[in-house]
Amino acid sequence: MTTAETHPLATETATRFDVDRVREDFPILNRQVHGKPLVYLDSAASAQKPTVVIEAVAACYREDYANIHRGVHMLSEHLTTQYEAVREEVRSFLNAASEKEIVFTRGATEGVNLVASSFVRPRLRAGDEIIVTGMEHHSNIVPWQMLGEETGAVLKVVPVQDDGSIRLEDFEALLSERTRFVSVVHVSNALGTINPVREMIALAHERDVPVLLDGAQAVPHMSVDVQALDCDFYVFSGHKIYGPSGVGALYGKSRWLKEMPPYHGGGDMIRSVSFEKTEYADPPQRFEAGTPNICGVIGMGVAIRYLRSLGLEAVAAHEHDLLVYATERLSQIPGLRLLGTAPEKAGVVSFIMDCAHPHDIGTILDRSGIAIRAGHHCAQPVMQRFQVPATARASFGLYNTRAEVDKLVEALEKVRKLFA
Amino acid sequence: MSELSDLYQEVILDHNRKPRNFRAIDPCSHDAAGYNPLCGDQVHVYVNVEGDRIKEVGFQGEGCAISTASASIMTESLEGKTLAEAEALFQSFHALLVDSSRPLDANLGKLAVLAGVRDYPSRVKCATLAWHALHAALEGESEASSE
Ligand SMILES: Cc1ncc(COP(=O)(O)O)c(C=O)c1O
Repeated sequence: MTTAETHPLATETATRFDVDRVREDFPILNRQVHGKPLVYLDSAASAQKPTVVIEAVAACYREDYANIHRGVHMLSEHLTTQYEAVREEVRSFLNAASEKEIVFTRGATEGVNLVASSFVRPRLRAGDEIIVTGMEHHSNIVPWQMLGEETGAVLKVVPVQDDGSIRLEDFEALLSERTRFVSVVHVSNALGTINPVREMIALAHERDVPVLLDGAQAVPHMSVDVQALDCDFYVFSGHKIYGPSGVGALYGKSRWLKEMPPYHGGGDMIRSVSFEKTEYADPPQRFEAGTPNICGVIGMGVAIRYLRSLGLEAVAAHEHDLLVYATERLSQIPGLRLLGTAPEKAGVVSFIMDCAHPHDIGTILDRSGIAIRAGHHCAQPVMQRFQVPATARASFGLYNTRAEVDKLVEALEKVRKLFA
Repeated sequence: MSELSDLYQEVILDHNRKPRNFRAIDPCSHDAAGYNPLCGDQVHVYVNVEGDRIKEVGFQGEGCAISTASASIMTESLEGKTLAEAEALFQSFHALLVDSSRPLDANLGKLAVLAGVRDYPSRVKCATLAWHALHAALEGESEASSE
């Protein structure tokens, strides 16, 4: 165990997490971009895939493929078993109480929309309130606005402080008699802020208000325990945890899922259908209409196993080391300003430069083989809050290194020279 | 492979640092806003047209070096042009950015420094944003989107 005096990271990561070994698991890291070795600093947009995931998806099609939940033949039964095993994998990943609380989705976006439509909509009347924060991804703003237009409910927004954090007292002040739902981002993709969600949930629950957490950026970087958090819903996407895109999962407490009407109608979500009366299946199948992205789910299961085999604590420590190092080095670049300096942060550095627009930064970095994101990061209200049109953002995955941070800094010096 | 210096030529860097005609023209005969929803770049273009001739063009806004320089060079290139000449210039400019097989149109003048943009497909919209706004202004629309 570490003591208060020694930095917990430097020593532990060196022994417990071998990044050079880990990099060998990601074939794309061998490629070149514009003649330079790829430096991939855009994992918050989407993470790269390890060989085990790529192979699992390929093998699913090559050796195991059939439709699931409907065949008596061997392939279908076999793949159904594998598919359902991923549900257990996700349950254990989030420490949910039961597999029945895990609904497969297309990703975090669909998870939020499902909850908005099947859980929140029936509870809303004109004038009711839904609380979000000022740092939400568009996927946790627009579904609520759409509900608002339909029902007359209004969105209340917890303000973001200058360092990119929110204050619990501001959140508490927004909770009112009319609050019907709280939906907040666990970790911000634009600022990296880790929100005090446990305290927020407790405050909301004191008033019997259910809470959804958007965990798209949290699950890649920290271990999440939905029972300890006591959240009512939790959503994430497979592609940000080194799995395939277009798949993800929604966790919902059994007591809520049971009372929720279906989201989409179709095959697989029914118990029986006749033109007189259709009976819906129990959760989670009730929310999984149609043939899903079967091999994608299989791939997501392998990705979760891969991530856990490295140890989430070790991954978190490694990424925190990169964050601390990058923050220190970037802060020394004249004319560079970091956006999002909250004390609790995940591996995201958003920044602007006096001399150059984020787009120009992005293009120049790209020519050095460095992939970052430039733009509003699907969080335009955050840009408005900080009065910038866009930011440049470097985000770290488990395969990044300090040497890559050095390359980033070097390239940013080049930007400064060009535009000075 | 093209070099960064082909994109960020000295002329472009200079127009980015000191954009020409960077002002609202009030009153003006035509104006419109241009917006690139992908990156949030925005520009407002103001034009005074007398008869069928463009007397002056100004712009304001916030954007990357490419969109700022392109808007700045555009305002200089258009002064004194007829509406038909302006339209033809836009067509040539657009072709310059999207079709590398096309020979350089001599009428482009200073606009030709933006030719390097065609090697950066994701940046073409930056270079055409002000032009779309100009087009919208002359057509009597209030807004243009680069999408
Ligand atoms: C915080 C956050 N929420 C939600 C999403 C949406 O995820 P997806 O597009 O996979 O549905 C993202 C992805 O960018 C995100 O960063």
